[in-house]
Amino acid sequence: MRNLTSLVSGLLFGLGLIISDMVNPERVRAFLDIFGAWDPTLAFVMGGAIVVSALGWIIARRRSAALFGGAMPPAPSPEIDGELIAGSALFGIGWGMIGLCPGPVIAALAFAPWQVPVFLLAMLLGMWLNSQRQTLMIRART
Amino acid sequence: MNPDWVNATLGGLMIGASAALLLLGNGRVAGISGILGNAFKANRSPAQVERLMFLIGLLAAPLVYWPFAPLPALSMTTSIPLILVAGLLVGFGVRMGSGCTSGHGVCGSARLSRRSIVAMITFMATGIATVAAMNLL
Repeated sequence: MRNLTSLVSGLLFGLGLIISDMVNPERVRAFLDIFGAWDPTLAFVMGGAIVVSALGWIIARRRSAALFGGAMPPAPSPEIDGELIAGSALFGIGWGMIGLCPGPVIAALAFAPWQVPVFLLAMLLGMWLNSQRQTLMIRART
Repeated sequence: MNPDWVNATLGGLMIGASAALLLLGNGRVAGISGILGNAFKANRSPAQVERLMFLIGLLAAPLVYWPFAPLPALSMTTSIPLILVAGLLVGFGVRMGSGCTSGHGVCGSARLSRRSIVAMITFMATGIATVAAMNLL
């Protein structure tokens, strides 16, 4: 049941990205272009998503366990650290350069032009480089 | 054809429903950078299978959508250096910052997590600055 929930959740996420056209990189960049030809579409997507997601968290707060077993996620850490800021800043730069973030890359992969798979490979390499950095930092501390 | 903001709101509601389903059903946060970053680690734990199932669903979405309506035509840069640099930055950045538009944006900010709100403001700000800077070049 947990596997089916994950599959349906992934499918629903992807359908939402396609219907809202958030798989379209230039569309996403146009949202970030607030000093130019601003396109507010992403704000409607984010707004709709956050409202339903917040309802989910409100219901989750009253439950001690998930419907199909396992614990609910722990309370979020309040600590703001350099990694959070630096990582998010770097992500934003890459996002603004091209208009792609991890969700739309996967959702668009099956029908996207060649640029998207190339971007995915670079993105996976970036993820791997960060894991190498983390390993080095842990080693340096011990 | 619906106006864009209707489709955008509809899509947003579906994305929110996806996050709420994964949370209430499995107790998991629908953060795609985390799911993707952990999906290829060499173990066969149940959590690992669940991550792969989520990714398969996400990947299959166009195949389910396609019989009902035409898939959108995508427009984006063809500059290979730009694509490679942006891909490296996005991959490195989302893992270092523990999340992206889905994990921090859709999920974390909806539970009023301080970290997620700060992350979202940060990547929106650098994204806006990057687009503005590229327009000037």
